[in-house]
Amino acid sequence: MCDTCGCGQPDQSFRIQKPQNPSTHTHAHEHTHSHGDVAHSHTHEHSHEHPHLHEAGQDAGHAHQFHDASHEHPHGTQIMIGQDLLAKNNLLAERNRGFFEARHITAINLVSSPGSGKTSLLEETILALRQEIAFFIIEGDQQTMLDADRIHKTGVPVIQINTGNGCHLDAVMIQKAVKELDPSDHSMLLIENVGNLVCPSLFDLGETRRVVIMSTTEGEDKPLKYPNMFRTSHLCVINKTDLLPYVDFQIDKAIDYARQVNPHLEFMEVSVKSGKGLENWYKWLRQNLS
Amino acid sequence: MHELSIAMNIIEIAAEEKDKAGGGAIQSVELEVGTLSGVVVDALQFALEVSVKGTVLEHAKIDIHPVEATASCNRCGLSFPVGDLFTSCPHCQSFDTRLVSGGELRFRSFILE
Repeated sequence: MCDTCGCGQPDQSFRIQKPQNPSTHTHAHEHTHSHGDVAHSHTHEHSHEHPHLHEAGQDAGHAHQFHDASHEHPHGTQIMIGQDLLAKNNLLAERNRGFFEARHITAINLVSSPGSGKTSLLEETILALRQEIAFFIIEGDQQTMLDADRIHKTGVPVIQINTGNGCHLDAVMIQKAVKELDPSDHSMLLIENVGNLVCPSLFDLGETRRVVIMSTTEGEDKPLKYPNMFRTSHLCVINKTDLLPYVDFQIDKAIDYARQVNPHLEFMEVSVKSGKGLENWYKWLRQNLS
Repeated sequence: MHELSIAMNIIEIAAEEKDKAGGGAIQSVELEVGTLSGVVVDALQFALEVSVKGTVLEHAKIDIHPVEATASCNRCGLSFPVGDLFTSCPHCQSFDTRLVSGGELRFRSFILE
């Protein structure tokens, strides 16, 4: 089913492309229906009432019966499911993780707001470490090949996932992109997620480590405003420290807020522009190589 | 926006489980959404409204039950209700806590006619 507009078509709406090879493996499909039809409301047209027994005291009666196969209701049979809504993504993420582990691939999921400097950090990292680490890059954006084109100039293999209207990468997209990209054993796969601090936090990609990047041009209260992302990350890179004299950003406060959400989070202060602190980032990458 | 992905998952699970149960029309569905799950109930409701058309849930009543959040302190073991992910333990003030409930995104059950 289409994940973007819910049109019921079987193909995904995302597109996977390598730079300078625009015809590669396209998952887009034609939307032949009118979106006006899709948007109309129809879930409240239920004119007849179903007297559910459990509506009066459902928690007392049913909350702990997930493992029961079924039981009768006045107008039907209740089937207990108890399935996590993200189970499919989580399962596929574990498959990705198993693949990465078996091939000694270190997969890093880079998440942040738009404009924190993820792509610039990737470019600098590739240029600095390409002699010692085999990099493979997945770029995630709603639209355009711009980021993949930037990475392509460094000469390392890169693939772009365009999510269309989607706000995050998921495990299926990574599985398909990895098949195309074919990263070698003992390599490092850097995944630049869609710039968004909300949605990507819920979708495990099978990564080895999750890195959240914030920059000094943002508010230091980001960790409190978007706690899920900071809660699920292993490392927080604070970028654009060269701008500290000109902005109100207080690093200590930002770290303090992030530690409230996730006391186990590691921190790193860098300036991609001046190069300050990048050695620590490179050291962290080396330490996390499989 | 991720609520739309979640709505798609709900429809997919419903279609699979309906087949397993031998078919029939789905009358109603019960979902559990934790208050700290990262999913906005209103957005999920809207996503479901626009995406159930032509699916097994087109005519189903969808009940979303919120699940209140409880955290447990990793240092002293106290369990306490929380409204966010950055509340310290009221006993030992540690921020090292884990969510015991409130993170749920669960397809609880459905009723087949």
